[in-house]
Amino acid sequence: MRAFEYVVAASSAAARTLAREVDGARFYAGGTTLVDLMKADVERPRRVIDISRLPLAAIEQRGDVVRIGALARNSDVAYDARIVLHFPAVSEALLSGASGQIRNAATIGGNLLQRTRCSYFRETRWRCNKREPGSGCDALDGFNRGHAVLGTSDSCIASYPGDLAVALCALSARVVVEGNDGERTIALDDLYVLPGEHPERETTLGPGELITAVELRAERLHERSHYLKIRDRASFEFALVSVACAVELDGKNIAQARLALGGVGTVPWRAREAEAALTGAPPGEAAFRRAAETALTGARTRAHNAYKVELAQRAIVRALRSVCGTGA
Amino acid sequence: MSTVIEAVAVSRAVGQPLDRIDGHAKVTGAARYAADAPIAAPLHAAIVQSTIPCGRIAAIDESAARNLAGVVEVLTYRNAPRVPVLSFDFTTPVTEELAPLQSDAIAYDGQHVAVVIAETFEAARAGATLLRIGYERREAEVSLDTARTIEHPEQWFGDDAQPRRGDPERAYNAAAVRVDATYTTPEETHNPLEPSVTVAEWRDGELTVYDATQWVRGTRAVLAKSFELDEEKVRVISPFLGGGFGCKGFFWPHPLIAAMAAKVTNRPVKLVLTREQMFTSCGYRSETRQRVRIGASREGRLQAILHDVLAESSRVGMFVESAGAVTTMLYDVSNIAVTHRIARLDVPTPTAMRAPGKAPGTYALGSALDELAYACGLDPLDVLRRNDAAVDRSSGLPFSSKQLLACYERGAEAFGWSARPKAPRAWREGGELVGWGVATATYPALRSPAQARVTLSTDGLVDVASATHDLGTGMYTILAQIAADELGVDPRAIRVRIGDSSFPVAPVAGGSMSSASVGPAVQDAARRAYHEAVAIATSSGESALHGLPERDVEARDGALRSKADPSRAVTYADLVRLGGSGAIEALGSAAPGDEDERLSFYSFGAQFVEVRFDEELARLRVSRALGVFDCGRILNPKTARSQMIGGIVWGIGMAMLEETVRDPRYGAVVTNNLADYHVPVNADVPDIDVLFVEEPDLAFNSLGARGVGEIGITGVAAAIANAVYHATGVRVRDLPIVPEKLLGAGPAAG
Repeated sequence: MRAFEYVVAASSAAARTLAREVDGARFYAGGTTLVDLMKADVERPRRVIDISRLPLAAIEQRGDVVRIGALARNSDVAYDARIVLHFPAVSEALLSGASGQIRNAATIGGNLLQRTRCSYFRETRWRCNKREPGSGCDALDGFNRGHAVLGTSDSCIASYPGDLAVALCALSARVVVEGNDGERTIALDDLYVLPGEHPERETTLGPGELITAVELRAERLHERSHYLKIRDRASFEFALVSVACAVELDGKNIAQARLALGGVGTVPWRAREAEAALTGAPPGEAAFRRAAETALTGARTRAHNAYKVELAQRAIVRALRSVCGTGA
Repeated sequence: MSTVIEAVAVSRAVGQPLDRIDGHAKVTGAARYAADAPIAAPLHAAIVQSTIPCGRIAAIDESAARNLAGVVEVLTYRNAPRVPVLSFDFTTPVTEELAPLQSDAIAYDGQHVAVVIAETFEAARAGATLLRIGYERREAEVSLDTARTIEHPEQWFGDDAQPRRGDPERAYNAAAVRVDATYTTPEETHNPLEPSVTVAEWRDGELTVYDATQWVRGTRAVLAKSFELDEEKVRVISPFLGGGFGCKGFFWPHPLIAAMAAKVTNRPVKLVLTREQMFTSCGYRSETRQRVRIGASREGRLQAILHDVLAESSRVGMFVESAGAVTTMLYDVSNIAVTHRIARLDVPTPTAMRAPGKAPGTYALGSALDELAYACGLDPLDVLRRNDAAVDRSSGLPFSSKQLLACYERGAEAFGWSARPKAPRAWREGGELVGWGVATATYPALRSPAQARVTLSTDGLVDVASATHDLGTGMYTILAQIAADELGVDPRAIRVRIGDSSFPVAPVAGGSMSSASVGPAVQDAARRAYHEAVAIATSSGESALHGLPERDVEARDGALRSKADPSRAVTYADLVRLGGSGAIEALGSAAPGDEDERLSFYSFGAQFVEVRFDEELARLRVSRALGVFDCGRILNPKTARSQMIGGIVWGIGMAMLEETVRDPRYGAVVTNNLADYHVPVNADVPDIDVLFVEEPDLAFNSLGARGVGEIGITGVAAAIANAVYHATGVRVRDLPIVPEKLLGAGPAAG
């Protein structure tokens, strides 16, 4: 790890000012991604701004909007009664991630910005366009069993690793961002950027912008939601494939559906066409299968990750069956 | 023989499930591991490793690193102290014919090429990132698929590496039922929780090294030869280990680098390998490709086994992953051909990893026998039973003690094996497919000469010392138990000191031989101390036992007593005072004799596994495991059971999770961290039960105990793969069994 300047921010405004003063400054909240990557010499911030003491950890409900402060701990959010009741997929996603210790340290805002687990990104010896723009991508023809099949480019196939953002994506969460011009709220979908030719750019956050909260709307659709994660071992592993879904039934048909995928996309992957395919259809294997196929349309596989297409499709079917209550 | 029987008869502590005596120190942090060495203000060293698999260092730019505040020195081949290149033998256990930092030549990716020494750990690590090293890369071979240099070793650790008997090809071709299958296992890495660590200090030309090693004497010998010192001028200390599993057994270059750094800077130096470096710096289990051909009668009686093993080693060191070794003795078969071929690659040197050879070997053989059972329409357990070897067919010698059939019986009964449906895919519960598998476990019983010292002092303390090791396995505890029984004292009143090269000689903590080697030495030393105490007790006029013949004295409850009148007693503390020399000290020793010319010594076991498989999601879980083991006398059922559970857990990892992936373009490990190299977590580990079929093996040693270190993992991967076949109808011949290998396990498959 290289030497860095460490400053504690007294307010979010001060934090943003401190960040703008120095190129490559980083906010520090739970540290569960940043510190790892600093040890690996991948992140080399000249200044680390500790925002962990700012009063941004509350979980509040105003009307039908639940606002989760960016510094709320993953574990606190996962067990919050409002989250469990209104957004079960969010609670399930949080509890499927990391370990108890890490969930106690990690924060919601930081978790959204978790960086990829691509091995070729996480060690400086490899070529990586995300870490070192223009250097090439060793993952394309390397060991890419964990890599993305959706949203990839010739520059980058690194998968987005998180669970929470996938569930938030399915439940149309909004992200509150504080910037120079005050506060703006964006759809979670609009936070992330596909790699394209510039995989080093991962979000639409500008210099010195700070995520302060995540907002979720409590509605019937979101109460019938589920997060399904598939991995090699039973716990403490990033998803090979994950599915977040929500369904609202209207008599015998699906009135609305939400579907997002993890582990397969370069960003949390909202499957809107699959949602459309489900809408109005009777819940059942045929509709689930059609949605699953639609969701993976356009998947581009590499040498070791072709299995993800079939596995993701099966996971989608299982997750939809589970939320629709249509049996085994 | 009579004394042995007497010792067993009066035994109290041995055989008891005693809590480990070092447990309190470990959970309270009082136990000092190598990195906790009591050396004030050491410098810190950070190693830099090569990033090419083959070639040479073309340029080194140290300026940025040297300019960093806190950096004291940078050592590379250009300025490191000269040391000789040593070759492996049993007194200098170097793994590689490559002394570190001596030339610009690169033999593998991850070779140590520089060390940055600094006042702080942080400065050393930061300095390491600033070092700029240019390379000239030459074409490398890093894959078994493309290996051109293949060797056929004649021998490995004294055993024939290409054994044959009978006419295996003819018997195989003539057999009514034939199985011909190739099994592959990947590279695997030990990953002890504690990384390798060395703290080195020079003082007046003498070197003291705190090292996380399974072999203090071996480490001392290599360091002494490297610096051309008498062995007495080097002391190696390793009192506690946070696991080793083989990667701390032989000598790797990093302790030598730490000692060089300390010498050059004239300061003590602490060197801790990073987790990433643990994947290239201290061995790994070689990948294996194993073709197994079995010829048998329709009744499943074995007629021939041909077992061809291809594994890898480096250009600078030879290690043979002897996966075919136990194929020659495990079953009753007349025609055998085992071959071991080793591809020399531009990769780091593999080494012994828990159950070396046997872990992958029992996977391949245990799977092939299961395939045979289905080919014959027989219960897999019946096939194992009906091919049980009454004698070791590889040597013709009888086994000293063998309870394998009893292991099968006890296991089958405890597991409920008779309820197993015969056909694959025939058992569904709660939407999941269920399957059971069984395989044989085995490991040779090994033993080396060892010594120990027992000292009784005036404060009543009983001290046991030997240069053996405790990897977290219970060695401290069983040595206390053994000494306690000889001296009639509470084992918790005994102080055991181990892991110091200045203590009486003991072998490497490897090959599952520490208990069987050091235990009898401690027993001998304690007996000698006892006899010396009795001599004082019966001869000293001030002793309450004065004048009693020795046979009328016994040791009990912390004192020597008259058998006829136990109230006539003298404590050891008093006897030490009466002896007048300040202490009663006895050196004991034990060594194997010529018994291996008459008998074959092996441990055995049976592994039973249940798996559950969610077909739609290709999600496989082990839901139950039972190991039944025959390891002679069990010295401490609690620590032995823990060893076995650990082995079975590792077997789950081997079967379903663990894989060290080497990028074939670069020869470098990609999965070099614990997020990408998956070991089982608690949620992967089901209820595991362990049973022992105990028969003291008194032909092996005076305790009747064989080792329990490695056998626990053997057979587990086969039992899991066999259970997977039973559950799903899919035979996975390539470990680990990850979801994509079972995605096709639909009703149409199998």
